[in-house]
Amino acid sequence: MNKLITTLLIAIISNALISSALSTQAMGKTIHSERSLYRNILVEEDSGLRCLKFNVKSAKTQQSCMLVDDPQRLVFNYTKMLFSSLLINPNPEGILIIGLGGGTMSNVLHQIYPKASITNVEIDPAVIKVARNYFDFFENKNITAVAQDGRIFVKRAVIKKQQYDWIILDAFNGDYIPEHLMTQEFLQEVKSLLSDNGVLAANTFSVSKLYNYESATYKAVFGDFFNVKNANNSNRIILASVKALPKPDIIAQHAKALKEKLSPFNVDITKISHKMISTATTQDWPPASPLLTDQYSPANLLNLKN
Amino acid sequence: MTNENNNTIAWQNPMIYLLAFSSGFCIMGIELLGGRILAPFFGSSVHIWGSIITVFMLSLSFGYLAGGKLSTKAASLHRYGLIFICAGIAILPVAFSSQGIMEAIFLAIEDTRYGSLLASMALFFIPTVILGMISPYSVRLLVTDKNKSGQVAGFLYFVSTLGSALGTIITSFYLVLLFEVDDIIMVFSSALIMLGITAMIFHRVNQSKNSLNNHTSNQQGAADE
Repeated sequence: MNKLITTLLIAIISNALISSALSTQAMGKTIHSERSLYRNILVEEDSGLRCLKFNVKSAKTQQSCMLVDDPQRLVFNYTKMLFSSLLINPNPEGILIIGLGGGTMSNVLHQIYPKASITNVEIDPAVIKVARNYFDFFENKNITAVAQDGRIFVKRAVIKKQQYDWIILDAFNGDYIPEHLMTQEFLQEVKSLLSDNGVLAANTFSVSKLYNYESATYKAVFGDFFNVKNANNSNRIILASVKALPKPDIIAQHAKALKEKLSPFNVDITKISHKMISTATTQDWPPASPLLTDQYSPANLLNLKN
Repeated sequence: MTNENNNTIAWQNPMIYLLAFSSGFCIMGIELLGGRILAPFFGSSVHIWGSIITVFMLSLSFGYLAGGKLSTKAASLHRYGLIFICAGIAILPVAFSSQGIMEAIFLAIEDTRYGSLLASMALFFIPTVILGMISPYSVRLLVTDKNKSGQVAGFLYFVSTLGSALGTIITSFYLVLLFEVDDIIMVFSSALIMLGITAMIFHRVNQSKNSLNNHTSNQQGAADE
């Protein structure tokens, strides 16, 4: 009996010690945490930088960050790189964002284009709530947030014959990829939602085999596209459009016109424009790579392999 | 002659266990692919799995009931094989007409919970009911001694649930990486049909041997007199 009690005591104490050691490892102060239907949601703050995280231990899981004193200044490089879409279509009126995060992209776009209608689609209602409460996510009659699976929203929008000038696909992170948002069929549905000048900007995290499969799938649906990459990041932005890709002089011209407009948001569009690499000139995957389809889309398994 | 006959009888039970193992393998393999099949129309949220698992559990429960009832009348390997063939045929629509069925349901029902529930009903109810009939029918064919009925049932559950475990892991870890969803369904279907045919052939062979055996033993009996 005594043995049992001592074992129990040891178990409880070691448990408490381990959990406290783990919590001090995490950076910053946790100001909100909850377990939603899909994930653990954490809001952390460290010296004025507030971040949304979907898990604790992995460093890859920062979803969205905001400077508390300067909310309109964009923090992440990938969010800045998304603005390369404007070099293809500088005046988007209807914007669809799949994957809300903290809602920072929606907020910033509203400031740049106050008249644009922005539809945010987010699968997790808890994330929408956190964006509202901790990241000043702003909604009005033009800016809405729909709690729905991205694929279903897109399918219904196709039936309603809706059109968007800019579709931002930001539903992936380094930990988990929704496989039904990677397939040829899905990209075809997205393509049919794009207006004549429409641009798709997808923020993706594929490495190794998946990189090849994903690239081949985008090429099969859209033809040539732009890769926008940072040297040090694991993610890339895929920029695809219905029309043929614009020539470098048009891009430079658009960059010049947008420079003033975007600099308050910490976006150096000229620098970003130099990072755009067309697959027409640089195809960095084997041409015979298989496509991802609704029948074959083991994206997470492909991303594991080296 | 008696020796040969004993051989076929000796192989009968292992074959029934093998068939039960395969049906367990196929049930979970199909269930797992169900998530993949529904995702393009109904997403991949937790309620998709709620729908799929509900439909599989519900149809298995009806299958057990129906299989038990069926086993009371003239139970034979022949009929056992027929169940497999029917199951193999019943899962073919999953590969061939799932798109049209799901599209119609997607258009008719806005709420993805009920949409996915109805779609899994339409696709998986009938084949899973038929697959559910296999377990009780196997018990009927295997049990000869009342005292050992619990042991036989226990070993059968062991084998078929082991099949389910392997069907789950092999499908989700490897098959989806190697083949298209419809191809995997087709393989399950043809495997079930082939196993059914094997059981029926076995039944034939057994029957002819039995009658031959009876014939010879009768003759022997007559000679002794």
